[in-house]
Amino acid sequence: MDPSALARFEETVLPHLDAAYTLARYLLRNDHDAEDVVQDAYLRAVRHFGGHRGGNTRAWLLTIVRHTCYSWLRRHKADARAIEFDETLHSEIQVGDDPEAEMVRGALGEALNQAIDGLPVEFREVVILRDVQGLSYAEIAEVVGIPVGTVMSRLSRARQRLQRALPVEDYRRN
Amino acid sequence: MSCETLSDKLTGYLDRELDERAAGEVEAHLRQCVSCSARLEGERRLRAAVQAHLPPLRAPDRLRSSVRTLLRAQVRRAQRRQTWLPTWAATAAALVLGLAGGWQLATWRVSRGDRSDVVAEVVAGHVRSLQGTHLTDVASSEHHTVKPWFAGKLDFSPPVPDFTTEGFPLIGGRLDYLGERQVAALVYGRRQHVINLFVWPSRDSKALPAAASRRGYHVVHGAAGGMTYWAISDLNETELSQFAQLVAADLGHGTAQP
Repeated sequence: MDPSALARFEETVLPHLDAAYTLARYLLRNDHDAEDVVQDAYLRAVRHFGGHRGGNTRAWLLTIVRHTCYSWLRRHKADARAIEFDETLHSEIQVGDDPEAEMVRGALGEALNQAIDGLPVEFREVVILRDVQGLSYAEIAEVVGIPVGTVMSRLSRARQRLQRALPVEDYRRN
Repeated sequence: MSCETLSDKLTGYLDRELDERAAGEVEAHLRQCVSCSARLEGERRLRAAVQAHLPPLRAPDRLRSSVRTLLRAQVRRAQRRQTWLPTWAATAAALVLGLAGGWQLATWRVSRGDRSDVVAEVVAGHVRSLQGTHLTDVASSEHHTVKPWFAGKLDFSPPVPDFTTEGFPLIGGRLDYLGERQVAALVYGRRQHVINLFVWPSRDSKALPAAASRRGYHVVHGAAGGMTYWAISDLNETELSQFAQLVAADLGHGTAQP
């Protein structure tokens, strides 16, 4: 990469560092792993920058970050269940160990975080990309590599699961 | 439309991602279906709760700087590949010809290659600083503010001379990378022109300022007071040389003091 290409890269790709970190952090659920993966993703991005002709740079970068996260997860096997993901098989929610205790604690934010962490990564990523990062369905389709209709149905299911996983009383009061 | 077929579309409707026709169908169904209306409301609340409780995150500063370092290392590697190629070609040619002067030719190419490597990095550093939003890490015209800022960030304490009265006001400073090492980059102004002054320790106690031009930029470098400095700007050569002489005088003066 020559200095002018680097300048272009720094101008167009570097500003999306927060977005890259946000996605990696929510997918990997750990600060240090997220930092490692984002660094790795930026290295890959630099190498493939020549092939990126304008377009949506944020979506392009997030596609690479997502790939890098998945490689990481596959290597570390922590989320092995998420890799063999099945749309219909994974339709049951995983309720927290003690929903009543969570209710008593009453922190909706904490409950939400736990509920999000409990989602298979394929569901989690569409919620993060949409509701945390504000991507359009078309952009999510590009990043995840699925049709727009699938984005919609996954998001629908993910939100249903989250609603069911949350302590109802607490949540309604909000 | 049945509740069953509506299911996913409710989500698309909530997110305003449906086209007009599909949205109209959902609305028609909602007017006559209490349970889907309730589901829509539940999903709306859930979405609001996610947006309120799961914020977009800010990348830690150390990640930001390590990504920058990594990018610069990529450029260096690419440049080294480019400058090594003719060096190897020259070495090979010297070996094949077996000329007495062959070795000298090759070594001359190496040292020349090394130097132009630094010039290229200086130019790249200058261009980078102007194109991004990263001209300075610390923006101040006060050298009493800029100098302490470097403390603990570098393994040396760079001189931060004040040339305001000479017409080169200080703009600020930042950390940068040249070659294998972290350097101090001091930023000065001259009318509308920006001057980057890169400084790092060097064993050359004294070297006369030498000038070069590359891609419309003038570069002057020298060494004094145990420091190597490179000044670069699109300023005219005369004024940049004047600036470099001020730097050389200041650095030399600095070491003369106890």
